[in-house]
Amino acid sequence: MKPPPFEYHAPVSVSEALEALAATGPHGKVLAGGQSLIPLLNMRLVAPSHLVDINRIGELDTLTAGADGVRVGALARHATVERSTEAAAVQPLLRQALRLVAHPVIRNRGTVVGSLVHADPSAEMPAVLALLGGSVRLACLGGEREVAAADFFTGPMESAVEPGELAVSAFFPAPPPRSGTAFREVSRRHGDYAVAGMAALVTLDEDLRIASARVACVSVGPGPVVVDVSDACARRPAASVPWDAVAAAVRDRIDPEGDIHATAGYRRHLTGVLAERALKDAARNAGTEAAHE
Amino acid sequence: MTTKLFGEPVRRREDARLVTGQGRYLDDLGPGALAAAFVRSPHAHARIKDIDVSAALDVEGLVAIYTWEDLPGALAEPLPLLIPHPALTHGRTAYPLAKDIVRHVGEPVVMVVAEDRYVAEDACALIEVEYEFLKPVVGVEEAVQGGNLVHEDVPGNVGAHMVQEVPSRDGRSAAEMIGAAPHTLEFRLDIERSACMPLEGKGVYARWDADDQSLRVYSSTQTSTSVRMAIAAKLGLPLPKVEVIAPDVGGGFGVKIVHPWPEEILIPWAARTLDREVKWTEDRREHFVSSAHERAQVQHVRVGFDDDGRILGLDVTILHDHGAYTPYGIIVPIITSTQLLGPYKIGAYRVEFSSIYTNTVQVTPYRGAGRPQGVFCMERTMDRVAAYLGRDRTEVRAANFIGPAEFPYDQRLIFQDGRPLIYDSGNYPESLRMLKELIGWDSFPEMKARAAAEGRRIGIGVGCYVEGTGVGPYEGGHVQVTSDGRVHVSTGLTSQGQGHETVFAQIAATELGVPIEKVSVVTGDTRRFGYAVGTFASRAAVMSGNAIALACRKVREKALRIAADALEADPRDLEITDGIVHVAGTPSASIPLATVAVLSNPLRYAFDEEAKRATQFSGATSMDRPPVEEGEEPGLEGKDYYSPIRSTFASGMHAAIVETDPETAEITILRYAVVHDCGKLINPMIVEGQIHGGVAQGVGGALYEKMVYDEHGQLLNASFMDFLMPYATEVPRIETAHLETPSPLNPLGIKGAGEAGVIPVSAVIASAVEDAEGITIDRMPISPSDLHTLRLRLAG
Repeated sequence: MKPPPFEYHAPVSVSEALEALAATGPHGKVLAGGQSLIPLLNMRLVAPSHLVDINRIGELDTLTAGADGVRVGALARHATVERSTEAAAVQPLLRQALRLVAHPVIRNRGTVVGSLVHADPSAEMPAVLALLGGSVRLACLGGEREVAAADFFTGPMESAVEPGELAVSAFFPAPPPRSGTAFREVSRRHGDYAVAGMAALVTLDEDLRIASARVACVSVGPGPVVVDVSDACARRPAASVPWDAVAAAVRDRIDPEGDIHATAGYRRHLTGVLAERALKDAARNAGTEAAHE
Repeated sequence: MTTKLFGEPVRRREDARLVTGQGRYLDDLGPGALAAAFVRSPHAHARIKDIDVSAALDVEGLVAIYTWEDLPGALAEPLPLLIPHPALTHGRTAYPLAKDIVRHVGEPVVMVVAEDRYVAEDACALIEVEYEFLKPVVGVEEAVQGGNLVHEDVPGNVGAHMVQEVPSRDGRSAAEMIGAAPHTLEFRLDIERSACMPLEGKGVYARWDADDQSLRVYSSTQTSTSVRMAIAAKLGLPLPKVEVIAPDVGGGFGVKIVHPWPEEILIPWAARTLDREVKWTEDRREHFVSSAHERAQVQHVRVGFDDDGRILGLDVTILHDHGAYTPYGIIVPIITSTQLLGPYKIGAYRVEFSSIYTNTVQVTPYRGAGRPQGVFCMERTMDRVAAYLGRDRTEVRAANFIGPAEFPYDQRLIFQDGRPLIYDSGNYPESLRMLKELIGWDSFPEMKARAAAEGRRIGIGVGCYVEGTGVGPYEGGHVQVTSDGRVHVSTGLTSQGQGHETVFAQIAATELGVPIEKVSVVTGDTRRFGYAVGTFASRAAVMSGNAIALACRKVREKALRIAADALEADPRDLEITDGIVHVAGTPSASIPLATVAVLSNPLRYAFDEEAKRATQFSGATSMDRPPVEEGEEPGLEGKDYYSPIRSTFASGMHAAIVETDPETAEITILRYAVVHDCGKLINPMIVEGQIHGGVAQGVGGALYEKMVYDEHGQLLNASFMDFLMPYATEVPRIETAHLETPSPLNPLGIKGAGEAGVIPVSAVIASAVEDAEGITIDRMPISPSDLHTLRLRLAG
């Protein structure tokens, strides 16, 4: 379990990194936290001929919480974002989800943007970005583009990042007023990738009835599966929502696969259970928010 | 014995070293050694057509590439079949490097030696092996059909077939007893594969001394003495020219008792051939596919019983999956079939096993070594009988217990050591009473009802076992007191973290009356002790512990004799306290043990002040006798061996309370209780640690771990990401109570404790989940997905 030979680049600025990526094109791979890439290298499952290590680029180690949302730089570690009171105040789902990402030592090193680019359909952060309708900023030599979550996750372990591009930050929008979020998952062991997981966002109207409700499902599709269940919630207060119908609406939209840990049927069942639990949590949190207005 | 350390919870002396990174594990040694890596078969069953190494030859830093054709003499022969048995009619072992056919994914085909492991793996990646595919055989029930064969000359893939029959006391067979029983049940049970998974994999580091024509080998092994003999034999070296040392070993759990592993003879051979230091450190993926697994069995059970749940007849047929080779013989199914009976007296018993080849990693003992499967069978049977009769599960067990007055109790079977399976001592009713009290068995129905009222499902389970421990043939101990007063203890068996440095020191300090700080312990170093068997079968404390105690008693006797001369006293009046020999009741008449050590060795040369007392003009010895008298030896040291008539039988009972989520089917262990009887406790803290570790592995086997092979013989989860070992977060707090029923078989009255914790856990968790769910559990492990499937099946 030793990686195949590669050339190592250690740029200290974004422009240096972009030059290295431009020069190496499809043969270059960005190393951020390394929590997925290093094992893949050691098992020789990937063999990039160039590694561009961005850990020395101070300008990427940023975390900005504003009224409209939270922008997370490419070097912000999971743990930094998880512990940020400012980020949690603007978008509580970040902390709710990050607590479920692997283990503390992995969160100390792994990065939020790295997790998005890795685009594992079992990972929490892609679901968060997709649920919130966030975006990822991609830079290349001489340009920059902002890609919406809906366009960013293109398949299992595949994202919209092109050769020569570097994901420099991600933006997680703040929720509308009277909103609540929640993250629920079932994993085989504490900290494992979820067998099934669910991010939920609920917004109440002024009468505290559910105005809109959305979930993003984890581990049941090629990427995060966002389902709008506003109609199924029938603009009722959470206490009288027909939850069976809501769960069924979510189950109908997913196409899970079986593997050695769970059958497809169990994943589908679990997704329904978790949708109900996450939405109830989110509606309760929305109620608390509304009470503070 | 005035320094009472035996029985005390002495803190582990090795921990400060091990937990602060001062341990010296295999890969810490030989930083400048060449590195070996292996090309391993990617196929479960294939014929090697061609090996093309040409592309690898240009890799900078490559030193050598070896295939089977390069191996000389005995190295080119199959590896030894370590434990032959008459029932193992078709034993087969692998070649160190595959000769013509590979029989499981991971089998070594080519060895590469290079300047470092990176380069070695680069070269491996460039070696092309051409294979002709053969049909893989996966799963015992398919294998036994014999449609495809793992070994061409083994019909039906049956390596061994064995039947043991124990008629009733009035001579009736199990079949007759079952036929005549008021009630009968018949069912099938299924246990998945798991593996030892020590934190440190295997590893070998060899140094050849060309001037001395000698070899020193470090191996992460459970038996350095036997590895040494294997290396000497395979390399044609005189035994005195080979030294094998087990350094700190990061866990073994059984897999490292198997030897010689291909690497254990190939690395030393390469070191000698190249005249360079060579090291191989197994990586995790290699460990998954090229070491050993265990557990997998399919069992068919027929049982006949009376209205009280007494088992009148039991007939068990076992299909045991032993993988592609049988280097360790059929020890695992023998243990399953003989230890299955547990603490019970069964009317008549018949057990038949077939040990079956499949194109998977070989199966050799893993902590528990066949007992978890046997206990699963017996305890599932007890629960089924109780359910059938509508009786309390503990009542049915108690109805079958061997009584406290019935020891020694002969189960009339032949155990894994080839000796009669006779239980030496035990107190099963008391153990069950303690367990029920500890877990609150009798009040559980109320707790369950309260939980149900809250919409929660909980269940309680129980499991009992008897474990044959401390199997022979022997171990030895050597104890030397040097003239500085230090006590040097050595024994040949090895340590993998059990705490031997502590417990053997406790024994020596207690026997000799010296402070434990004066005692040092060396294990697994053939330079210090050449004769040993190894660490397995919960035997280290029983075997080496007693041997060390006996050796200490020799030293003590000699010390008292010498001291008596010096003090002009009767040796029977002497005691040793804190390293000082003194006349009982007269502390002033004393001589330090250090001085006794000086006097024990008549000297010509004084190397220090103290030594002057033993030199030839000191007047220390009588002129009437030779300085070393006939029958005596110089020095204050002693060596002795302990060889038991047969094994000691420890026992235990576990209970658990689990909760199952009505929606997600997640299974949580709320409480876990253990009553454990390993005879006299040398160190209760270490015994509890052993129990905790064992239960943790048992929880893995019950809820998480399985080796998943697909129909092509590919292991689908050969990494810690997908082979789920429990984290600390998955292991419950373990409540423990000890019962001490001394063994009459050995001087210290002890039994083994190393494996106990793991043995009944699958049975206990199955029992508890069944109680919570009202669904019959007949295979383990069980995952939430599995439980969900069972619920759907029950709901129709």
